[in-house]
Amino acid sequence: MKNIWIICRKELKSYFASPIAYGLMAFFAAISGYFFYVITAVFVQRGIQSQMMGQSFPMDVNEWVVRGFLSNVSVIGLFLIPMITMRLFAEEKRTGTIELLVTSPVKDIEVIAGKWLAALILYAGILLISALNLAILFLYGKPDWKPILVGYLGLLLLGGALLAIGTFISTTTKNQIIAGTATFAVCLLLWVFDWVSYETTTWAKVMSYLSVVAHFEPFSKGVLDSKDIIFYLSMIFLGLFLTARSLESLRWRS
Amino acid sequence: MIKVEGLSKRYARTVAVDQISFEVSKGEIVGFLGPNGAGKTTTMRILTCFLPPTAGAASVAGFDVLTQPLEVKKRIGYLPETPPLYPEMEVREYLYFVGRLKGIPKSDIATRVDEVSERCAVTDVRTKLISKLSKGYRQRVGLAQAIIHNPDVLILDEPTAGLDPKQILETRQLIKSLSGAHTIILSTHILPEVEQTCEKVIIISKGKVVATDSVHNLTNRLRGSEAVGLEVEPPQGSAGSAEIQQRLEQVPGVSRVLLRDSRDGRYTFEVESLQGRTVRGDLARSVVEAGWNLNELRPVALSLEEIFLQLTSSDETQSPVGAK
Repeated sequence: MKNIWIICRKELKSYFASPIAYGLMAFFAAISGYFFYVITAVFVQRGIQSQMMGQSFPMDVNEWVVRGFLSNVSVIGLFLIPMITMRLFAEEKRTGTIELLVTSPVKDIEVIAGKWLAALILYAGILLISALNLAILFLYGKPDWKPILVGYLGLLLLGGALLAIGTFISTTTKNQIIAGTATFAVCLLLWVFDWVSYETTTWAKVMSYLSVVAHFEPFSKGVLDSKDIIFYLSMIFLGLFLTARSLESLRWRS
Repeated sequence: MIKVEGLSKRYARTVAVDQISFEVSKGEIVGFLGPNGAGKTTTMRILTCFLPPTAGAASVAGFDVLTQPLEVKKRIGYLPETPPLYPEMEVREYLYFVGRLKGIPKSDIATRVDEVSERCAVTDVRTKLISKLSKGYRQRVGLAQAIIHNPDVLILDEPTAGLDPKQILETRQLIKSLSGAHTIILSTHILPEVEQTCEKVIIISKGKVVATDSVHNLTNRLRGSEAVGLEVEPPQGSAGSAEIQQRLEQVPGVSRVLLRDSRDGRYTFEVESLQGRTVRGDLARSVVEAGWNLNELRPVALSLEEIFLQLTSSDETQSPVGAK
């Protein structure tokens, strides 16, 4: 446990020692801020319209703003993941520092967990910026905070799963660019799998089940479903397990 | 302290290390000598639990590298060929990280970092970024990293590679100063380095150990005495080989005379002299005064480099000295 934290702290420091963390945060703040603006603007416009037409059906902030916003954030997240994970192991392999980690009296799984945790913390920090947008909603309205919390839990699980896959991909190469591109491709693939969900063949069902974004849908509505949580947790486990195998095979093959 | 028995490492197609065995006792400095690609790094990586062996066993301080890697890792300080440094870290920060990783408790870490910084002469750069350091400083930070948890065994892979002569000298002195408290294995392909820093040397070539000896013995055996080869031709068989040999042995300073070859009345000898004596002039005079023809007189003293080449070159040379 102590070792995980030592590795994690070092990784976090590395993120913030380079422009990566700041760049990602700025990029994310701009994009998510723009989406938030558009969504809120539409919501406000609709509100005024329905008021002018004398309609009085209730307009739910959670339904209209939060849900759409969180869905957008989950997709922006797909673009951030590769940039967060690409250096984790690829860089260590390139500079040879992997030898230090592997010959230190720590278990492989502690190294992996530490790195993954650092990536998750950075990702969570970036998500926190989007929470600033939602905080504005609380200033002018009365959104329900529980679905928002569930939504963020979903974002964390979604991110955790993709980060685990990215961590695994990072162990397979010395080249950060390759690691990043491959991770991006996989993230994108797991996203577009959702597009076949209207089909009813078995293949399409399997594919759409694998879509990480589809499993986020309930979270964005504030629904906590154990099947989605289990899906993400097993993705995280699979990713970290593959990372451990890959790290081990590095020594057998080298 | 270190015990290696029948160790082999095979990669897909090549055999990197083939059935090597050696032992290193506590407090020794052992030089691991061999050309590039001989299997030095592979052996070291097996000892540090970075690579598992294909066959054979290796143990450090009584712990097997395969079954008890964590115990072995706790007792080993390892400096790979390129020091494993994080360029974005400060020296102090880096040593702190490695120290914690190697299990130094939080309460001791600050003093320990100061100690090794002092020891490896990196105190003056301890707040600098590692990416800004010169090669020599990086090597020293790498060394500091290896000794931070005060390991029983230090494994240094080509610790002086790529340094300038002054830095090489400093690094060697540093390594020497570390002996005693630590058992040290260092690999190199530079002979004088072994001579100057190590007590024992293991010469390895193509994955096999070709010689294990103390440096003292090895240098004595190889270059302690000057050897001279001479071809003598007594006119019309006026003297036999035994007669010539006897006369040569009487030359002051000569320690040993060997008959190497005799053909058509010409005799080739190899003469070894006592340490620090030059006997070529006396030998020549002695032969000429006896009325024999001196056809050839040449030094056959092999330099360490030549011995090394002979030991490690592909054609199996029989004996290191005098093989021509």
